[in-house]
Amino acid sequence: MSLVLTIARAEARRIFVSPLAWTVLAVLQSILGVVFLLLILDYAQNPRGPESSVGLSDYIGGGLYSFATLVLLLVMPLLTMRLFAEERKNGSLTLLLASPVSLIEIVLGKFLGLFSFIAAATLLLAAMPLMLLVGSNLDLGRIAAGLLGLSLMMMALGAAGLYVSTLTREPTIAAVASFGLLLMLWLMQVLSSQPGWIGKLLGYLAIVGHFENLRRGIFSSVDIVYYLLFTVLFLWLAVLQLDSERNG
Amino acid sequence: MAHEFLIEARGLSRRYGSHVAANDISLSLRKGEILGLLGPNGAGKSTTMKMLAGVLAPSAGTVMINGVSLADDPKRAKQSLGYLPELPPVYPELTVDEYLRYCASLHGLRRSERAAALQRAKQSCGLSEVSRRLIGNLSKGYQQRVGIAQAIIHRPAVVILDEPTVGLDPIQILEIRRLIKTLGQEHGVILSSHILPEIQAVCARVMIIHRGRLVYAEPLATAGSEGFRTIIAGFLRMPAFDVLLSLPGVGEIETLTGSQIRITVDNAGDDPRAAIAEAAATHGWGLIELHAERRTLEEIFVELSTGDAHALQEAA
Repeated sequence: MSLVLTIARAEARRIFVSPLAWTVLAVLQSILGVVFLLLILDYAQNPRGPESSVGLSDYIGGGLYSFATLVLLLVMPLLTMRLFAEERKNGSLTLLLASPVSLIEIVLGKFLGLFSFIAAATLLLAAMPLMLLVGSNLDLGRIAAGLLGLSLMMMALGAAGLYVSTLTREPTIAAVASFGLLLMLWLMQVLSSQPGWIGKLLGYLAIVGHFENLRRGIFSSVDIVYYLLFTVLFLWLAVLQLDSERNG
Repeated sequence: MAHEFLIEARGLSRRYGSHVAANDISLSLRKGEILGLLGPNGAGKSTTMKMLAGVLAPSAGTVMINGVSLADDPKRAKQSLGYLPELPPVYPELTVDEYLRYCASLHGLRRSERAAALQRAKQSCGLSEVSRRLIGNLSKGYQQRVGIAQAIIHRPAVVILDEPTVGLDPIQILEIRRLIKTLGQEHGVILSSHILPEIQAVCARVMIIHRGRLVYAEPLATAGSEGFRTIIAGFLRMPAFDVLLSLPGVGEIETLTGSQIRITVDNAGDDPRAAIAEAAATHGWGLIELHAERRTLEEIFVELSTGDAHALQEAA
């Protein structure tokens, strides 16, 4: 376990000493800042009465976080591409492979390191709606559910990207391929409006659908389990891929 | 726990589809020994070293490191292993200190031991003055040294270095050779190269790999000092061959130039040089040159890698 933490610490350090993570965070924050501002202006111009079912937390928090999923879909592949593809390209992956560390520890360590970025992004996303605490009564539970959903979704996106990153030695290919994979998972949501069991199945598998409940403040264990299973599945696939590479 | 062999590899083979990169390679390494793997480019040296380091699983064969099987207990086996691949496995965005500290903890060094290990590794690789610089900003030679420091920081019993002097300038090459020699006193070192003088300068034993096969494995001392079969002699006045042939040990004589002859000895152990010199003095031949023709490593290398390697191996 301590080796997992060692790898995670080094990984987090490398994420945050590179300009990439900071650029991504800055772009993320600027785009979402604009969206946040637009939502506030919109809310201020069309005030809803106290009897309205859509409150401030829902309108601004929910609106912001639902837009955030799309931006995160675009930026997560940029962070996951470096995990294995870039390391393989510049030869540093050998350091881990030749060390007395198991493949599971390597994958978990890298994923935990990536989690440091997810945590930073979540904190920044929390800061914007929380600013409204100064002049309004926020439903903190809803905001928290939305943030939990976002970080779970980032974990799932990150795990999928990490797996794709183990498949190639070109970081750009890893980024494009994981972007494609994530977009497919996202598109399933659109297809889920199809009638019949296909629509139901796709709706269940779509990565964004499970976020919808949490965004609306509904904490359902199905959604949490979905994201955790999704994450574990892709991490396990990554371990299998690395193992077959050693043997293949 | 003292084992006779630090590395014992048996029948290592590696196939990539139908291409055989390494075929039935067996080798062993004792403590305090420097073993050189020599071979032309693409002969299978790197593949062999990757298998020894546990980065690549062999298609067939076993590797024991310090008595622990690399396949059954990779974590414990890799603890006594330091490996420098062809490309130094460094992170350009970290400083030398950060990187080496990470390597130390990856190999399970305790926090209390890390500082001392770091100092020692930096000192032996001449990195002390660049501790705080980013690895990405260092020259190729320094990056290579960081790679070597990474391989020895945890004081492994076995150090595997894949082409450690590639891309270095002549002075750096000399420094790295000196470092490898010191390493060879406490650790077992396996080192690969396609440059002959390199192997000759540091290794006690050499193995030549050609087309994925081990074609030659001898202590370096054999190639060169003992076991000559021919003598070159030069005279101002050409001697009578029948006098020469009557000397003990002299087999055949072949004229090379007007003043030079090659003498083939009867048996490998014979040395008729003293007798030839005496005869030259009594008959007044004017001896100007007399030496055993040695088979140098270079000749063996060229012969093995150009000729039919397989036939040579059968003959050996």
